[in-house]
Amino acid sequence: MQLTNRSKQVADTKMTWMERIYLPGIIKGMIITFSHIFKKKPTIQYPEVQRPIAPVYRGQHVLKRDDAGAERCTACGLCAVACPAEAITMVAEERKQGEEKLYREEKFAATYEINMLRCIFCGLCEEACPKEAIFLTDRIVPTTYLREDYIYGKDRLVEKMDHRVDVSKRQTNNLADFKNNSSKAHNKTI
Amino acid sequence: MLSTEIIYKIILILAVFTVTLVVALYSTFAERKVAAVLQDRYGPNRAGPLGMFQPFADGVKMFTKEEFIPGNADKQLFILGPSIAMLTCLMTGAVIPWGGDLTIGDYIFKLQVTDINIGILYLLGVVSVGVYGIMIGGWASNNKYSLLGALRASSQMISYEIAMGLALIALVMMTGSLSLGEIVRQQDEGLANIVYQPLGFLIFLVCAFAETNRAPFDLPETESELVGGYHTEFSSMKLGFYLFSEYINMFISSALIATLYFGGYNFPFQHSLGIEGNALSIVQTVVFFGKIFFFIFFYMWVRWTIPRFRYDQLMKLGWKTLIPLAILNLFITGIVIGFKNGFFN
Repeated sequence: MQLTNRSKQVADTKMTWMERIYLPGIIKGMIITFSHIFKKKPTIQYPEVQRPIAPVYRGQHVLKRDDAGAERCTACGLCAVACPAEAITMVAEERKQGEEKLYREEKFAATYEINMLRCIFCGLCEEACPKEAIFLTDRIVPTTYLREDYIYGKDRLVEKMDHRVDVSKRQTNNLADFKNNSSKAHNKTI
Repeated sequence: MLSTEIIYKIILILAVFTVTLVVALYSTFAERKVAAVLQDRYGPNRAGPLGMFQPFADGVKMFTKEEFIPGNADKQLFILGPSIAMLTCLMTGAVIPWGGDLTIGDYIFKLQVTDINIGILYLLGVVSVGVYGIMIGGWASNNKYSLLGALRASSQMISYEIAMGLALIALVMMTGSLSLGEIVRQQDEGLANIVYQPLGFLIFLVCAFAETNRAPFDLPETESELVGGYHTEFSSMKLGFYLFSEYINMFISSALIATLYFGGYNFPFQHSLGIEGNALSIVQTVVFFGKIFFFIFFYMWVRWTIPRFRYDQLMKLGWKTLIPLAILNLFITGIVIGFKNGFFN
């Protein structure tokens, strides 16, 4: 099997005088290292320059609201079941009178936590969600010094009203059909 | 008259001292930069513009580290070791001619701290004392690794000093002077000494690498294999002194290579450029520093090209190759001088 054309036949012959004084070899090596000064550097200067990422990049999660601004999540727990890393925990609660503007359905997640150190960003939660509530976005989870800081609660997961997160890139055709089908119960505005 | 001379010398000594330290400081930075560009990286570029403040950050780091002296170490010798290493390498700058003469008013100022007539001998002597810094440091640590590291370092430095001395004797035979100022002046009249002493230059260059403990002869430290060599137990600025003295040695030996074999502060066609006196002296100093910086770069360039020697290979090269070659060089030089002087007629 030949992988490259650079392979050399190894021989245990005695070195010639020119080889033994090593100077030609050293000069050859120094020319090679010198030529590397002018080579393009593969380094990406991180904070200033960022590596281009795919539009469907799977980064930090977002809990979506619907168009009216009510949280879509109903705390069904399918995402937590689907999660292979067991990163998602939640506590469900019943919606009270007068909270219709806040929560889309009668049940909602009182707490919803994702441990970003456990999460493997596979996107199975997104696939499992029947309410189109959780999506992965192209944001990178910022690093901190404490483990506690990696447990993201609803304060950091639910999208802000004045700062909506666009997830249209991650919505597949199937998902889009599902969403636009007004006969489905979860798409009916109450 | 006398007081002017003394004040001038003090200023010059302080200037040489400062320049040596600043160049050594920036050599640490240049080392990292050169290493980076030779390996397709950027190197330090965060502290200040282009990373220019990196050496100061490193210095502050060194100073603020814990100062630790092992319990069983010999305290006096432990402090004496890095002090000798630093002292000897700073002393060597005194005999290097940094440029031509400056004329201000009636006074002629030499850009050389002292032009003693045994300059080369003085240099070799001071460099030999430098071995004590390493040996005392390794011994005083009261640690087997340090002692073995010091043994390796000192035997290497002593072995290569012989070949270095022999290579220099050939040069001294040719020039007929031990004074560095005189050697540089002779190269102004004739050609640079490398033309007459190519083999001697090669031997001197290899020995200079070994004397300064630089790759491919960095066996005393061998940071990738050993615990740390002779400075295993040193911390904070005592370690900083050892590392810093290596860079000063590199600067001084670069200056020495330029002085002895590449014409010192002289450069080709300097008398046909139409500049005279002080202006010429300043240009000469700039050219001399250009040569020094090239050799510092050369040191780093070699470090990131050639793999390290094995210890037996190092000793074999020193004793079985370089010393016979140096003696051969001495012999040839003697015969040529004999022919020139009509000794064989």
